Amino acid sequence: MYNAKAVITGILIFLVLCTSPFWASRTGKDYTKTGIVLPKDEKNCVENRDFMRAEHMRLLNEWRDEALRRENRLYTATDGRKWNISLQNTCLKCHNNYKEFCQKCHVANSVYPYCWTCHIIPGEKNQ
Amino acid sequence: MFISLLLVLLIGAIAWAGSTAGFSSLFGVALPCAAVAVFIGGMIWRMVYWARSPVPFCIPTTGGQEQSLDFIRQEKFDCPSTQGGVIVRMFLEICLFRSLFRNTSADVRADMPGNNGPGTIYYSSKWLWCFALLFHYCFLLVFLRHFRFFMEPVPCWVTWLETVDGIMQVGTPRFFMTGGILLAALLFLLGRRVFNQRLRCISLLNDYFPLWLLIGIVCTGICLRYFDKTEIALVKVFIMSVTQFSPDSDAAKNIAPLFFVHLTLVSTLLAYFPFSKLTHMLGVFFSPTRNLANNSRRVRHINPWNPPKQFFTYAEYEDTYRDAMAEAGLPLEKAPDKAAE
Repeated sequence: MYNAKAVITGILIFLVLCTSPFWASRTGKDYTKTGIVLPKDEKNCVENRDFMRAEHMRLLNEWRDEALRRENRLYTATDGRKWNISLQNTCLKCHNNYKEFCQKCHVANSVYPYCWTCHIIPGEKNQ
Repeated sequence: MFISLLLVLLIGAIAWAGSTAGFSSLFGVALPCAAVAVFIGGMIWRMVYWARSPVPFCIPTTGGQEQSLDFIRQEKFDCPSTQGGVIVRMFLEICLFRSLFRNTSADVRADMPGNNGPGTIYYSSKWLWCFALLFHYCFLLVFLRHFRFFMEPVPCWVTWLETVDGIMQVGTPRFFMTGGILLAALLFLLGRRVFNQRLRCISLLNDYFPLWLLIGIVCTGICLRYFDKTEIALVKVFIMSVTQFSPDSDAAKNIAPLFFVHLTLVSTLLAYFPFSKLTHMLGVFFSPTRNLANNSRRVRHINPWNPPKQFFTYAEYEDTYRDAMAEAGLPLEKAPDKAAE
């Protein structure tokens, strides 16, 4: 092998960079569950569980547009139930703990939505 | 072109069908791990192969005036004569694609001014350079952004990168500019091959396939983020379990099939990488036309496969034939009686 020193250094750097997802995931904590605390007194959200988990941001976006741009405060869910379109009065009524609910997934997945630039973070005022 | 598109669609369809049919651990665990192993093994094999190949001649490409007399200005980075110059040249080549920046397009003009007739004119052509640079850097940033799925807690540089990337605050989830630019750049690189007749003539399956594959990866990625979403907390749980080699199959069952299509296409890219033209990622470091200094007039470049020379010096010659030479009366450096001492 020619220029063995440089080539072997290069191969080692390549190895370290390419395996980075594998060793980087061991540098911090484990992440085996979200650790979310669901509201105790309510079993069903606006839509079904899988939809809310994956698409809640879409629903929130639509609600914002409906309430603020079209002045429509009534949302009919797929199962026919009617909801008052309001983050503060509908969503946060059950999901009233930011630290145990929103933050659990959002911080772990580096999601920083700008909800709280206008809305009051639930559970903050008590502290 | 269509064959490679069909191939990519076929791979995606197989991944979709497979993960819907319950083979999600195959497409989510076995395939990516095997692909990473093939990628790393293949690339090391490539590098060793290149490093074992001798470079018989000093063949740097010259992009300007070489080192000459003192009053002639040398292009130090385009035609380097020292190791330091080579390092600068390699840096400019790898980080800024300097040789693409010099790209020109030739055109024949029927009436060239000052030529009294037809002549060739060369325009500077920066499109390829621009989009190649955009593609590579956006791809790097997109790759780095994915570390939010590999690390817990998410490092601050990833968060910072996302803040800058989504600074326009369009939509929810926030639109990342790198994703959009990446797709645009890929479409340009594909369009270039399709609409430029000369390029189309020399484009083969192995030119189109990586492009379609990358377009597939980017499209499924964009789709997963903005349109057909899956629960990313679960994705992170799953990915971290795979990178720590203890796959969580419960998480895999609840992730949308589109995620596995994305993962399978990435695995295909990784496994295909060492055997394709994409090896230019590392090949650029091994190119003798780039990594040699243009100093062939000062430093002798020895061909490594030259056989060892059989030297026969004059002293040895005289030692061998001294008596015969003395007999013939030829001049000698050492007389026979002195040599015997």
